[in-house]
Amino acid sequence: MKACSLSISELEAIARQGRRLIVQTVVHANGGHLGGPLSAFDILTALYFRILNIRPQEPDWPDRDRFILSKGHASIALYTILALRGYFSVEELSTFDAIDSRLQGHPDMTVTPGVDMSSGSLGLGFSAGIGIALGARLAAKTFKTWVMLGDGECNEGIVWEGAHVAQRYALDNLIAIVDHNGLQQFGWRGADGTDRLPPYLGSELKDRWAAFGWKVLETDGHDMAAVIDVLEAAREPGGRPVIVIAHTVKGKGVSFMEGNYLWHSRVPDDEEVAAALEELKDPVSVREEDRG
Amino acid sequence: MSLPARKPLRVAFGESVAEMAEKDPRIVMLDGDVGVSTRADIFEASCPQRFFQMGIAEQNMLAVAAGFATVGFIPFVSTFACFAVARALDSIRVLIAQPKLNVKIAGGYAGLLAGKTGKTHLMFDDVSIMRAMANMAVIAPADEMETRQAIQTAVEIDGPVYLRITRETSPLLFDSTYRFEFGRGVVVRDGKDVSLVTTGVQTGRVVEAAEILSQQGVNALVLHLPTIKPFDSDAIIEAARATGFVITIEEGTVVGGLGGAVAETLADRFPVTVKRLGIPDVFGESGADEALLEKYRLSASKVAEDVLMLLGAARRR
Repeated sequence: MKACSLSISELEAIARQGRRLIVQTVVHANGGHLGGPLSAFDILTALYFRILNIRPQEPDWPDRDRFILSKGHASIALYTILALRGYFSVEELSTFDAIDSRLQGHPDMTVTPGVDMSSGSLGLGFSAGIGIALGARLAAKTFKTWVMLGDGECNEGIVWEGAHVAQRYALDNLIAIVDHNGLQQFGWRGADGTDRLPPYLGSELKDRWAAFGWKVLETDGHDMAAVIDVLEAAREPGGRPVIVIAHTVKGKGVSFMEGNYLWHSRVPDDEEVAAALEELKDPVSVREEDRG
Repeated sequence: MSLPARKPLRVAFGESVAEMAEKDPRIVMLDGDVGVSTRADIFEASCPQRFFQMGIAEQNMLAVAAGFATVGFIPFVSTFACFAVARALDSIRVLIAQPKLNVKIAGGYAGLLAGKTGKTHLMFDDVSIMRAMANMAVIAPADEMETRQAIQTAVEIDGPVYLRITRETSPLLFDSTYRFEFGRGVVVRDGKDVSLVTTGVQTGRVVEAAEILSQQGVNALVLHLPTIKPFDSDAIIEAARATGFVITIEEGTVVGGLGGAVAETLADRFPVTVKRLGIPDVFGESGADEALLEKYRLSASKVAEDVLMLLGAARRR
């Protein structure tokens, strides 16, 4: 399969397959996160099957594009896309979170092929990406460094320390993507005491990155064609770092999980799993053998 | 007796990293806006294209260093020990120590003598914290000569290293024939009555204390442990066997540092009496260097007094 030649509908099929695997893996492991992995997965599909310059059979290829999942708690999304892309087998996903597995609860670069940086403590992966981008420039390497953050993760002070430094060094080989799903683990109490407010209100997050001197692009993070367009635009060097704010839905693809912060890291019961997998089925128009 | 004073460790640090960078293009320097103090500025002057100002943002700086290491560079990170170890600990733990990335953390102004800065800056627990962290090597050189060799060794080691660098002028203990060996202690003075085990710049004061003690009829062995992790257990056991009485002395907290490491080792492998001298379980304060050394009983004369007191107490038992 030549990844970069896949059509939009084929990419969408991969994203559905990945979402099914995420649900099944979390159920199998009886742990992990769902909301964030599901919100991030269309972007990951576009990155790994269209955008990133990578060699899955040679995960340490020195000139590869780097990708860091700074929101490391969405590790199952990263492992799923790596498995689908051929870094290791899809069957290995069943070892997620198990003792001695290469697929740790939070990404561990020392054990998992394709993981370019460990993460798990929020904000750190982003700053590590700045170091990679600075090092790439110093070594006259042309690869890009991509980092995915959560919007809740942008609460961390280190993110803004890094945003300043990246702007100061005009790092246009660094592209950050915010999986802006509007919900964090618990969130901020709303006025009526029952709803949960997002980490950033209105255009606040966009305004902050712009104020830090970054070029800000926005997209619907679930419109595959739009995601590809914006990521292609983002990698064009323009003298400053680029942030893509991808507007997403936490729990995307499973109606009863969508937009509900309680599905951040809850494991569904049998009935819920069946309902989720039913919703994530391929439409009849997509034949089984067409899938990658 | 007074040993000849030579350059402060921080100057040896700046000079030797700069010298090594001339030959090794992998070396870069990251500064947390204290380069004029930690003497990372010496590196900037000789190698500006590989000097990266990271601003007053230590968590980010240590994480950036991890990223640099993944693309083949050897980053030295320069800030004060308090900010490197305490403020950026999460970056060190998650991104440097656990993945064993090749980052050299130079904790400047470590210990008691930090220019009248007081409780925030006086870092007594850096060795205790860093030696408790898996995968982290901890080196506390004693003088200019040893600092230069320790930095060279740090570059040769593929993995994280914490270097304890101090501010003030330190007496020269070692000449050019000395060879620093990573993970090995060195007996700087032989003796039979008591084993004084020490590290870092405190070793100079302990050597002087041993001279004072010899005038009192006490023949002290002095074991210097420049590497606190990995720990030279064999050297400790040998020193314990030689005299049967071990006193640790460090310019750092007595909780979990060199004294802790010695006590752990001897409890496991060669139980003898161990006493720990150093900074008690307190935060620091402002003061002139001499006043601080007197108050916290780390000057040569105070160390000699305390050793005599401990020996006397042991003999009365």
